[in-house]
Amino acid sequence: MSKVEVFQQQPSGAVAAESPFHFSRQRNPLAPAKGEAGVIMAERPFLTHLILRGTPEVLLGGVRNVTGLTLPQTPCSMNSKEDKSLQWLAPDEWLLILPPGSEFSTEKALRGELGDGSYAIVNVSGGQTVLELSGPNAREVLMKSTSCDLHPRTFPEGRGVSTVFAKTGAIIRRPDAQRWELVIRRSFADYLYRWLLSAGAEYGITTQER
Amino acid sequence: MFYIHCPYCNERRSEEEFHAKGQAHLMRPANPEEASDREWGDYLFFRDNPRGLHQEMWVHAAGCRKFFNILRNTVSYEILETYPMGEQSSVLAEMTAGRERGEPRRAAGAVA
Ligand SMILES: [Zn+2]
Repeated sequence: MSKVEVFQQQPSGAVAAESPFHFSRQRNPLAPAKGEAGVIMAERPFLTHLILRGTPEVLLGGVRNVTGLTLPQTPCSMNSKEDKSLQWLAPDEWLLILPPGSEFSTEKALRGELGDGSYAIVNVSGGQTVLELSGPNAREVLMKSTSCDLHPRTFPEGRGVSTVFAKTGAIIRRPDAQRWELVIRRSFADYLYRWLLSAGAEYGITTQER
Repeated sequence: MFYIHCPYCNERRSEEEFHAKGQAHLMRPANPEEASDREWGDYLFFRDNPRGLHQEMWVHAAGCRKFFNILRNTVSYEILETYPMGEQSSVLAEMTAGRERGEPRRAAGAVA
């Protein structure tokens, strides 16, 4: 068992949680696109985001036991299962995304499995959020905003890269053929929201609340 | 726009994801207490500024955020090789070996 103290970072009781897009939605209430929307934008708010650092040898077994996911060791790839995903960010860094509210239990379980090995787990759930884009023109909107090659030939399903997006940084991922995901910083959420509304206007863009 | 091969992502990525971080393979004096002021000053402040091949550190700032080495021609801007930290340039080693074998000096631009 690890000696690192872990505590519940989620406030308990009736504290209203607000997504990073709270004010963006109030300021830019979006009328549904006329006719067929080319791009559908939906936030996946309040998910659990954990950064795992360490060597694959240290992390692989414990991560599989706790999450059921295999640590992807191919650069720029991700493994997903249902509502969980684990993405390669660097040779010693991975991003684990899980359903909301599982930060504390997952970190405790991981530290229990990994013991006193040399690794780091950081809860970054409050610092970033996931924006999902789908629809026939989703790729076009992304292409307007990044120099990263998004052609299906070079960007197949299961690929994820950290890159330059809309003059800031974002992680672009493709969990399946229909959807694109952006993992973005909380402090850039409003800027990127308005950027995407503007970039998607020519195709008809609509937002979906879940 | 051009592409740079990141040895950690193991693929070519857009130049705007990278930043230059100065001369590579600088060796810190093994015993700083025993280094003369000249040795220490050279290590801290003085850098090569060659016209031609230069070994530099770059960082994949927007991607994997790892530092790596580049062998680059400062005249043509051609990148001859990128390789991970802790390794030596194989292109430079091959050039040196070729010169020792008495082969004619290859134009730097001819190296893929
Ligand atoms: Zn990289």
